[in-house]
Amino acid sequence: MPNPSEPHLAVAMHGIVKRFPGVLANDHISFEVRAGEIHALLGENGAGKTTLMNILYGIYQPDEGIIYVKGKRATIRSPRDAIRLGIGMVHQQYRLVSTHTVAENVVLGLPVSFFFPERAARRWLEEFSQKYGLSVDPNARIWQLSAGEQQRVEIIKALCRGADILILDEPTSMLTPGEIDELLGIIRRMAAEGHTIIFITHKLDEVFAISERVTVLRQGKVVATLETAQTDKTSLARLMVGRDVIFRLEKKPAQPGEVVLRVEALHVLDDRRLPAVKGVSLTVSAGEILGIAGVAGNGQRELVEALVGLRKSQRGRVFLKGQEVTNQPPRALIEQGVCYIPGERAMGLAPGLSVAENLILKDYCQEPFARGAFLDYAVINAHANRLVDQYSVTTPSPATPVKLLSGGNIQRVILARETCQSPTLLIAAYPTSGLDVGATEYIRQLILQQRDQGTAVLLVSEDLEEILQLSDRIAVMFEGEIMGILPAHQADLGTIGMMMAGAQRIPMSEAA
Amino acid sequence: MIVEFILLVLKAAIPAGTPLLFGTLGEVTAERSGVLNLGVEGMMIVGAVTAFGVTYTTGNIWLGLAAAALAGSLLALVHAFASITLRVNQVVSGLALTMLGLGVSGLVGKRFIGMPPRTRLAPLTLPGLSDLPVIGPLFFRYDPMVYLAIILALVLWFMMYKTRWGITLRSVGESPATADALGVPVFRVRYLAVLFGGLMAGLGGAYLSVVYTTAWIEGMTAGAGWIVIALTIFAMWDPVRAMLGAYLFGGVRVLQYRLQPLGISPNLLNMLPFIFTILVLMLSTGEVIRRRVGAPAALMQPYTREER
Repeated sequence: MPNPSEPHLAVAMHGIVKRFPGVLANDHISFEVRAGEIHALLGENGAGKTTLMNILYGIYQPDEGIIYVKGKRATIRSPRDAIRLGIGMVHQQYRLVSTHTVAENVVLGLPVSFFFPERAARRWLEEFSQKYGLSVDPNARIWQLSAGEQQRVEIIKALCRGADILILDEPTSMLTPGEIDELLGIIRRMAAEGHTIIFITHKLDEVFAISERVTVLRQGKVVATLETAQTDKTSLARLMVGRDVIFRLEKKPAQPGEVVLRVEALHVLDDRRLPAVKGVSLTVSAGEILGIAGVAGNGQRELVEALVGLRKSQRGRVFLKGQEVTNQPPRALIEQGVCYIPGERAMGLAPGLSVAENLILKDYCQEPFARGAFLDYAVINAHANRLVDQYSVTTPSPATPVKLLSGGNIQRVILARETCQSPTLLIAAYPTSGLDVGATEYIRQLILQQRDQGTAVLLVSEDLEEILQLSDRIAVMFEGEIMGILPAHQADLGTIGMMMAGAQRIPMSEAA
Repeated sequence: MIVEFILLVLKAAIPAGTPLLFGTLGEVTAERSGVLNLGVEGMMIVGAVTAFGVTYTTGNIWLGLAAAALAGSLLALVHAFASITLRVNQVVSGLALTMLGLGVSGLVGKRFIGMPPRTRLAPLTLPGLSDLPVIGPLFFRYDPMVYLAIILALVLWFMMYKTRWGITLRSVGESPATADALGVPVFRVRYLAVLFGGLMAGLGGAYLSVVYTTAWIEGMTAGAGWIVIALTIFAMWDPVRAMLGAYLFGGVRVLQYRLQPLGISPNLLNMLPFIFTILVLMLSTGEVIRRRVGAPAALMQPYTREER
């Protein structure tokens, strides 16, 4: 066991404990990073990776444990302390002021000149763009930038503050495959310059692509720290999840039937009344899954909301089984068998209501749940018990408020409500975002099962793996347009990546 | 005749709008840091009674103004403690402040009712400029506080957009988590902004009682604090636009008195500023959405670091 005060260790955390109400987020974690290495911190959502790094960055205070930075005992009470120790952190949700310019974001909190401080930022931006290839326009406002450019601003912010230990929390989650390659290149250059990088991820491929060593967390505990070169994907996956993981879902060939959803040249505006969907046309047939890939914010949300009646479209038409349903209200669409699994789970449920009540949100005013003005709780509870069993929802009772369930179980409640009546069209937007591997697997299987029962499925996801795994056909969306629709067996990551970045367009064939 | 009338209104609009400008500059600053303070009306009236009381007792108007600024910020401290440290709902705390201010001022001010002013603030005459025809009386014959308000508006604008402090203040109001992650002391910035808001509201109230009216009348702010809240939105949280808004409303106030002799119902005229407020809010909200310069994103959101 190396001595924690050895200077070749950039960071040594020992016996870190962090409790949140009802959760032990970090359970006696010991974590060491060597100076100048790229160290991956691997674990599922909720394993405690971000909590541990927030402790290192001074955002959380540990309940127990000792931290050494560069060989010296450190008490990190605030991010200010962490910055002083040379630690920088790029959060998964970027910490940027979106209405401000790049320059304003970069100089925030820095002791640069009092008047016209942005001038200093311009100088830095030039320097880092030459050194690491981190180029951004200093006068651009953050909201005008792509996710990749915003991330560059975050990295520049850390470097300006003299960070030589850089924590990157799930840095690839918002990027296109091309941007990911670029980022990995920048990280390698920084490591070569002597920076220590801690790379938080739950994606095994990234661990192998970038890291020298990897520490695996599971349920708040360290399971192992390994040399990346001496391990493989299967054993890392087993360490991370605690059991064997199937990388390939059982998937039968699709048996597409009649066209269920037909969208013709649809135009939709976003919240700022700017065009978000620009002439999208597509079809989804019974018994097939059409996956829509793309970086978030390219009109997917607006498209989905228009299809489920939550947003008015400006032009274009939508047909359901040949009937025009353009701009019909949600209730009318629900009655025609359209079901919707929203990306933000808070949107699909009333968090303070019980599991049983949430399960009848769509049918509460109909027989058998309602009798005149009154609800029949005997029927409602029986219905809930049946679905809780069938969809294996882990809940203390059907009377528990849904907000007390875990993310995976909340998603099961939504899925149960949406699919229990065999819908004709299932629209799933980011159905597994933020879920652990187990819950993700279950939900993907359920979506496939729906397809096999003859439901037409429209799947929107940022997770390319999910799109490739589930879809029978793949459409790529970029800046409100469909860049092309490919049969899944013809789709390769390279082509899709180019399309996601808007660099390639495949003309629509009649097959699409 | 018409030209004369317009000039008359314009000339009167500037002093009438000055208390509103003081209040608005303060509220703009507080809201830019992410704290809504609905206690402006309370802070203004406490400023008014303090200024009158101290001026009456000491005979020094500047001492009265300073005391009002202090009283306003003391009251603001209550709101800062409740909303920043205790994370109380800002609307509730601000409303309570207004109630408190109205009550306290009534109590303290009882013995000053009907008292004559002992001193007045003389208009500042600028040699040469003040004697110009038309322009002279219109721009260069006001009391020093009018000019102070204008200078403060310009300085505040410069501070907000061209200095490090400005970036810090605006960032704290837009995204306290971002500022905190960069080592900016979010709580301190918010406290200072709210205290400055109280100071300015106190001055605004003081202007009413010792410069504009030169008398203490119970409830004399008569809703000026609420107009300040609306003006803050109209100004889109910009000090220079606040100037425009304040004088516009000053003009409406003046019209209110000038139109009365023409036989228009005084009740109707009393409603004028508030009808105008509603109109202005409806119009400026549209622009706020279009130009993407809405309220500070973290307005009314208390901050804690250890949130999950």
